Amino acid sequence: MAFTAFSGGTRAVEQAPKRKGWVALLLLLPGIAYMLLFFVAPFVQLILTSLQAPADSGGIGQYVAAAQFSNYWAALSEYWPQLLRSFGYALIATIVGLVISYPLAYLIGVKVRSKPMLQGVLLILVVAPFFISFLLRTLAWKSILPNEWIGTHFSVIFGLVYNFIPFMVLPMFSSLQALDLRLLEAGSDLYASPVTTFRRVTLPLSMPGIVSGTLLSFIPMSGDYVNASREFLGGTGTTMVGNVIESNFLQTQNYPMAATLSIILMVIILVIVATYVRKSGAEDLL
Amino acid sequence: MKGFTLGKAFVPVVGAIALIYLLLPIAHVILFSFNDAGRNNIIWRGFTLDNWQNPCGAPQVCTAFGNSILVGVVATVIATVLGTMIAIALVRYKFRGSSTVSLLLFTPMATPEVVLGAGLAAQFLLAGVEKGIGTIILAHTMFCISYVVVAVKARVASLNPAIEEAGRDLYASPGQVFWRITLPMLAPGIIGAALLSFALSFDDFIITNFNSGTATTFPKFIYVSALKGVPAQANVLASIVFVGALLLVIIVQMVNINKQKRLARA
Repeated sequence: MAFTAFSGGTRAVEQAPKRKGWVALLLLLPGIAYMLLFFVAPFVQLILTSLQAPADSGGIGQYVAAAQFSNYWAALSEYWPQLLRSFGYALIATIVGLVISYPLAYLIGVKVRSKPMLQGVLLILVVAPFFISFLLRTLAWKSILPNEWIGTHFSVIFGLVYNFIPFMVLPMFSSLQALDLRLLEAGSDLYASPVTTFRRVTLPLSMPGIVSGTLLSFIPMSGDYVNASREFLGGTGTTMVGNVIESNFLQTQNYPMAATLSIILMVIILVIVATYVRKSGAEDLL
Repeated sequence: MKGFTLGKAFVPVVGAIALIYLLLPIAHVILFSFNDAGRNNIIWRGFTLDNWQNPCGAPQVCTAFGNSILVGVVATVIATVLGTMIAIALVRYKFRGSSTVSLLLFTPMATPEVVLGAGLAAQFLLAGVEKGIGTIILAHTMFCISYVVVAVKARVASLNPAIEEAGRDLYASPGQVFWRITLPMLAPGIIGAALLSFALSFDDFIITNFNSGTATTFPKFIYVSALKGVPAQANVLASIVFVGALLLVIIVQMVNINKQKRLARA
């Protein structure tokens, strides 16, 4: 599974010494050029757009290049509730997701490890949601959940947790799968209680999986706008920053506002991720 | 095993609840593909096979589905070739700026889709490019490259270089070593990366929505029709994809388990 790669769970074989040479350049050039053109340049364009000012003509969607930093203040003062809600939802959904996902990852990675057949079946069940459109699955919840629940904070968070559980379980699973069971045995031989063994051995060793699992869900959650939109699980009081970016860009054609909010979203995420990674002591993961 | 389990019943019980949570909507989607409700597929109105007999019966649904397959295939082919080349360069070659290259490839995965989508759309707007299938492919290829690099890199790193060395010792040319040894050994990783890439592209909605213009993909079709009710034919097509992908994964798993058993016996 490609997701193993996220937790650094692959055991490296002895490597041939790295070669030098022009071949590397040839191999890199097309892909890197592509990323510069379609990832870096758009990012720069997003920053430039966030500083644009309305054109003198005043037409809808008409903007000119400028250095209008006040756009940022305008975006923050108008949309701080949506920003706050996005990160609030994402934070709660990440914590709830962690509480649900960890036992499932533990079940698959540790408890049923001796039964490869069962382990295989459980893994397939975890990735099964990837094979069916996430929009249809999210809509399904709209019809499964009681009508009066739809459009509340609860239903949006419920949907976010649901959408991102596989993204949490898989990295945690690959960390737990690599856990040496003899360490747990040693723990109990040394009279540690199961809880102590878990806290002092299992948890620290599965930390890389926890960090990448929570990041892999927190980041997309905070930018998601499907769950919170009115057509899905949201309502008028659940708008997230993603919804605002979408409607500003695609409907009202207020490109500078959409760009400014995108940059703000990105900067807040970078600050949160950097703090989290440092606090959890997992710098080498990135 | 006694003594160091996470509380006997707790883990299986929470695990089972989590699995039901994950699978319930899938069951709902498949069940409602048999719903006797043309357009407004929200409440159960009785069992029918009509939707399965005529999956393209609803307007636009098969066009959207076809577009998604087209975009997925083209984006996957380009991303897999470019991503594999980068992965080999990163693992096998020493060059200045390799950490910058890694960062460049990692960042798209750590960027919310709405930001990637808006950035690309802003770029296309500036360049005066009309949005459509072409811009969707360009956008999907971009985020797929990152995932391909991560997946293939892991495979390259786990290759035993001694086998390639043996090839060179037996007077194989560099080209022969690559096509006859390296590439076949990388194949499982590359195929896995391609499947992941296709799945990501096929299911992408947010980036597509920003860069599709009037073109429709399957997820966009669902989003647009969500308000009025998604036609049951969409459930049929999604169910077909689901069953097909599930079978594929089950076959791959069986092959893997058999391989492990054979290795264990040997």
